[in-house]
Amino acid sequence: MADRPRVLVAGTAAGEVLRLDEPLSFWGGVDPVSGRITDLRHPQVGQSVAGRILIMPFGRGSSGGSSVIAEGIRAGTAPSAILLLEPDEIVTLGAIVADELYGESIPVVVLAEDQHSSLRTGQQVTVAPDGSVVGT
Amino acid sequence: MSVRLTDGDQAYLAGDHGPSAQSAMRIVVRLADTMEAEGLLDITGAHIDSCLYHGPAVLDFADWLADGGAQVAVPTTLNVSSLDLLHPDLYRGDPDWAVQARRLMERYEEMGCRPTWTCAPYQLDIRPSFGEQIAWAESNAIVFANSVLGARTHRYGDFIDICAAICGRAPAAGLHLDENRRGTLLVCLEGLGDDLLDRDVFYPVLGYLVGQTAGHDVPVIDGLPPSVGEDRLKALGAAAASAGSVGLFHAVGSTPEAPTVEAAFQGVEPERVVVVSTAELRVARDALSTTGDSRLGTVSLGTPHYSVAEISRLVELLDGRSVHPDVSFYVSTGRDVLAEVGLRGWEEPLRSAGVTFVTDTCTYITPILAETSRPAMTDSGKWAYYAPGNLGVEVVFGSVEDCVSSAVAGEVVRDDGIWGDG
Repeated sequence: MADRPRVLVAGTAAGEVLRLDEPLSFWGGVDPVSGRITDLRHPQVGQSVAGRILIMPFGRGSSGGSSVIAEGIRAGTAPSAILLLEPDEIVTLGAIVADELYGESIPVVVLAEDQHSSLRTGQQVTVAPDGSVVGT
Repeated sequence: MSVRLTDGDQAYLAGDHGPSAQSAMRIVVRLADTMEAEGLLDITGAHIDSCLYHGPAVLDFADWLADGGAQVAVPTTLNVSSLDLLHPDLYRGDPDWAVQARRLMERYEEMGCRPTWTCAPYQLDIRPSFGEQIAWAESNAIVFANSVLGARTHRYGDFIDICAAICGRAPAAGLHLDENRRGTLLVCLEGLGDDLLDRDVFYPVLGYLVGQTAGHDVPVIDGLPPSVGEDRLKALGAAAASAGSVGLFHAVGSTPEAPTVEAAFQGVEPERVVVVSTAELRVARDALSTTGDSRLGTVSLGTPHYSVAEISRLVELLDGRSVHPDVSFYVSTGRDVLAEVGLRGWEEPLRSAGVTFVTDTCTYITPILAETSRPAMTDSGKWAYYAPGNLGVEVVFGSVEDCVSSAVAGEVVRDDGIWGDG
């Protein structure tokens, strides 16, 4: 698609990819103190999202997700970037508010499908302010 | 920035309404920009989820707005918080956490929000009517407002709810607009018996399945009986919004934008069709339980907050019997509903029978349960979904009839006959 990558929240990040097998609700799904996935029904329960370049199609579930993401950014347990396949306002808001409140945020970018599907857990990548994602 | 702003919007951005309103408008415009909205629209009300304490960031945010003198510009209700102010002894958590949670609640009251403390604002005396533009957060409230009331809110999260309330404006995008309310996924119910369709327990299970299937689609459910009641649509929507990201569904013959299948799809062909039979429903039902253990420590009803009609049904089912002494039995509800239940003379008999009422919060978001070592039973698809992760408790999903029978017996009793097991 011509409009991809579409930057929802601009920023830079570098880190190791964590590809989620299923959408995740941050509220009720991630502990903001540890950054670990706590949703027992999620296939990657127990893994930590902290500092990872998180790949998921879109968010799921509760409105409280924005708060958990903002709290994670404040506490340093948030992913270092979130790369989506479809825009998600709940994820986006958490990153916007952390930026407004603390001047700290994480990039949130909607990628084209082929790039989104090509990213694998364990890869080292960087995210640039224009939304481009490059392996390192 | 491509969002077209009115002079009024620009005045907010310029700080004419004070520094907090300026910040609130900046956040609304930033979100509108990511939604590719052409502009903003007026809202007539808001429902705030940001009053639930998740740690310092949410209180920093509320302080930032309230210290700058922010006031809501439209009637605004408050979602559940982390504390039960009417029954503070129920709280078993960290006292410092409670202090911060209380402070957060006060800050939202200071900004002019109505202290309703319920996740079911659609059960209050005043609720939005068909076609009203509103900004609601809380996933179950969003899906109810859109689907059952025909009011219009996008799937808003925390923070934007209060920002929109302060400015009285929301992005003209998403589910606020006709074209995005069109059904895209047809869910056909096939070969389901009337006995199943006529039971409360069917609706959260269907919701869970629809939520898992829908992704970002707007599901249209065809094959339900006509005029399905509000409590059933509430349970369906809450489960669908937990298992997926459903912000609007249409139930043909029941919800206002779906008098017919064609109307729900606005005359366009469905992009996808799925057929639901009893076999898929059984799988969804089973996925809502995490254990086959028959021991029972807790029963929790009222997620979303129980209505007067649901509490009336509980009175009927208990029929003068008492909860087994080894079981804690909780009903979460709004303080307004509990007041009504008191007036009807049901509160004291239910308490005497062993029922604990929880208001202002919910049993799966704050430490209330007396114990979590034995399984908990619920009739809520949403509670079944979140409680295991939030509380570390095993959960058994069942009908309200099963929940009551089990509570009286002191162990899990389920009648799965209607599902055609075996």
